[in-house]
Amino acid sequence: MDLQVIAFWIIAFVTLGSALAVVYLTNIVHSALALIMTFLGIASLYLTLHADFLAAVQVLVYAGAVSILIVFGIMLITRGEGRMCETNTFGKYKYTAFVVIAALFGVISYFIIITPWQVTNGIVAEENMGTIGEVLFNNFVIPFELAAILLTVAMIGAIVIAREVKNLK
Amino acid sequence: MLTQYATIGILFLGAIAFGSIAMILSRLLQPHRPYSQKMETYECGMVTRGTAWVQFKNSYFLYAMVFLIFDIETIFLYPWAVKFQSLGLFAIIEMFIFLTILIIGFWYAWKEGALEWQ
Repeated sequence: MDLQVIAFWIIAFVTLGSALAVVYLTNIVHSALALIMTFLGIASLYLTLHADFLAAVQVLVYAGAVSILIVFGIMLITRGEGRMCETNTFGKYKYTAFVVIAALFGVISYFIIITPWQVTNGIVAEENMGTIGEVLFNNFVIPFELAAILLTVAMIGAIVIAREVKNLK
Repeated sequence: MLTQYATIGILFLGAIAFGSIAMILSRLLQPHRPYSQKMETYECGMVTRGTAWVQFKNSYFLYAMVFLIFDIETIFLYPWAVKFQSLGLFAIIEMFIFLTILIIGFWYAWKEGALEWQ
């Protein structure tokens, strides 16, 4: 077995293990930590597929931004009467969750099986970060600047909402 | 390219091994004679109060919002920094406009006291 296959199996094992830990750990803060580990595992899977820009985006958006939002969701909502050690218990919805997840698994598996996957003979680009840079800064100038306006609007919106909540208190 | 990232993986495995070997060795070598004073949480010699698992203040919320925006900005900075030399002056102006728009938002956050501790 070559290095890439070994790396894939180690990463897949860690990713699935931490994804299971998200569900099975009873402390929701530990679950959040395991979720970050899952995100990082997926980022390294992207690296094994030579998608280094996507891996960087995965680390910055999911392991950085989304995990911050999840931690704030945990910290703003009180669960388990303040005892953080018993905050991730979903005993009541065990069977409902099983049916929903089994259905989702079935649908996704069905579409993976019926899709005619095409194997390209072309060589995968060794380095795609520079290509993305060139396309973004030469062909997509206006969308790039619009992204800045979108981010600014999002930040100002969040501050306006937070200030209104503070005034209501 | 993958072998370059493999060194990060080896570093990661080395870090895990370093931490876990130190903990396992100390667990194996230490004498185990616990009593109640010894098992207490050490906090600068003071008697501890309450539990460690508490919810932190939500004043951090607006810091987090500002962090999110500049986290996303970093994604755009990354390919720009890789191709910085070959893209030329136009790309520098583009990035300057991009950062200016974001700094307007940052200035508004600052003005509204989002960065002040309450």
